[in-house]
Amino acid sequence: MEAIVTIENLRKYFDIKKSIFSKPRKVKAINDISLNIPRGSIFSVVGESGSGKSTLGRLILKLIEPTSGKICFEGEDITDLGSKDLIKYRREMQIVQQDPYNSLHPRKLIKDIVGEGLKIHYKLPSDEIYVRIKGILERVGLREEHMFRYPHEFSGGQRQRIAMARALVLRPKFLVLDEPTSALDVSVQARTLALLKELKESLELTYLFITHNLAVVDYIATHVTVMYLGKIMELGSKDEIFSNPKHPYTMSLLEAIPSVGRGKRIRKIPRGEIPSPLDPPKGCLFHTRCLQAMDICSKEEPDEIEISKGHLCRCHLYS
Amino acid sequence: MSRLLDVENLRVIFHTYRGTIKALNGIRLWLNEEERLGIVGETGCGKSVSALSVMRLIEAPGEIIDGQILFEGNDILKLSEEDMDRHIRGKRMSMIFQEPISALNPVFKVGFQIAETIAHCNDISIGDAYKLVPESLEMVGLDWKRSIDLYPHELSGGMAQRVMIAMALAIKPKLLIADEPTSALDVTIQAQILQLLDELVKIGKNAVILITHDLGVASEFCDRITVMYAGNVIEISNSEEIFDEPLHPYTKGLISSIPIIGASRELTGIPGSVPDLVSPPSGCRFHPRCDFCFDRCRTEPPTLSEISPGHFVACHLYSDGVKEG
Repeated sequence: MEAIVTIENLRKYFDIKKSIFSKPRKVKAINDISLNIPRGSIFSVVGESGSGKSTLGRLILKLIEPTSGKICFEGEDITDLGSKDLIKYRREMQIVQQDPYNSLHPRKLIKDIVGEGLKIHYKLPSDEIYVRIKGILERVGLREEHMFRYPHEFSGGQRQRIAMARALVLRPKFLVLDEPTSALDVSVQARTLALLKELKESLELTYLFITHNLAVVDYIATHVTVMYLGKIMELGSKDEIFSNPKHPYTMSLLEAIPSVGRGKRIRKIPRGEIPSPLDPPKGCLFHTRCLQAMDICSKEEPDEIEISKGHLCRCHLYS
Repeated sequence: MSRLLDVENLRVIFHTYRGTIKALNGIRLWLNEEERLGIVGETGCGKSVSALSVMRLIEAPGEIIDGQILFEGNDILKLSEEDMDRHIRGKRMSMIFQEPISALNPVFKVGFQIAETIAHCNDISIGDAYKLVPESLEMVGLDWKRSIDLYPHELSGGMAQRVMIAMALAIKPKLLIADEPTSALDVTIQAQILQLLDELVKIGKNAVILITHDLGVASEFCDRITVMYAGNVIEISNSEEIFDEPLHPYTKGLISSIPIIGASRELTGIPGSVPDLVSPPSGCRFHPRCDFCFDRCRTEPPTLSEISPGHFVACHLYSDGVKEG
């Protein structure tokens, strides 16, 4: 499959100062990541807090500038484009954020929230804008009369639909979904996920789906990337990663999920806490918590190894 | 096993400018000694309010207007606030919360906060209590030398929850209430904390009420599960049966909404949204969202009845003892 987004050796370092006198320290939020997002895929990025998964999404959209590396969208290098040149790409790439309570302007009507992008990108007559807003709201399961209400009148699930409408009204090809259902109750999450799946097919979209929930990934994704402290630990097709996980971190993530209705079970949980990204471990980033750590793991960083076609894993067990 | 807690017909309301929120609508709960009860439900179903009521921590604008809470045979709703503090809260029962870092006092060191708890419940001096702190910290898997002098902001979420558990169990409570103890944590840390809690509760022979929105967590940790919806208890059963044979349409909807790894099924979800509890629907509060709704559901609230041993449901489909096919 042809890639819609390609990133090469992408890095993003943030400067952190503990006090105004101390020297800034670098947090390597994204540390040398390369990947291809195939057109039409639901490419999911999973990881725990501090893994850099949200930073990755924001980098691809150029909402923040990378420290180094290259980002291509449909074959065009957009890494160094300024805001003017980016405008035509902004139409094609949109984002839905996690918290539908903070991502909608509280004092704007829904029609203005959803229609803002249309006014910026297309010089359309107002009746055409109205028709488009109405159309997209109905597409995500809302109604025409909702256009004249404010965000606080809606439930969490409805707000997330408004955020989806805002992203989709420009008819993008690529959507970053940053934990789109994490703030929702499970019955609402189920319907939101089903809607996302359906929209992806009918509007021919590609998703970068950022989440911490592997069960959601199993339900919706076609590809999985597991991140830990700014690096890719394992990457492959969803079926491959779930049926044949190789990296101890992926295995422990799968292991840690509570299973429904199967009673208690004994499981292998990684020990210790997630290390601070300010002070990541030497060698393999995961060795401090890994149940299968060997001597070499604390000394040398493992390379990416191709387990099978398209299945990459960064672990000494397979080198 | 003897009965530890018996909640009957508990009604709690909150006075707001929009009107009165009927948060708990005559709920029934019970718990034996050393038993683990899970309370599950979605936002606003009243699971936290139930727990706070058992601790008698409902404050204005909230009000307990009816019901009784028998704890070890005594109705704690009849106790004075002073007796509650002296004999029950923090002595016989304790609680851990969802946001461990904000539940701790930010200006005192962890060691001091644990010592304070131990001192309060054993009526000993802080100095004497401080000597017991290292043991408490080791018990929850923390290196006491490194953690005793830390302030809450220096702790990670997982460490803070361990400290909370140390404090809650230091008093050897009969009943531990855990309100979403792992919801703010990463999955690997969640698994660690649940495992720790499981071990400690087994050793300490504490009864537990675990409040969670995660049915997976409840199903693994608890013996029995209570499902709540819009201020009512709608189903109670042991943790296997509730997933294998859910009875209430809401429970069924909830279970079919959970993504499960390897299940490869479509998620159906539940249409509509949770009702506003200022003016809840008449009759069964779930009827506007229910596929099986009939006339009686709109007018008459169902009561909790036992369908099979230990399996209770509040739904008209099952009244008259007839099980729907």
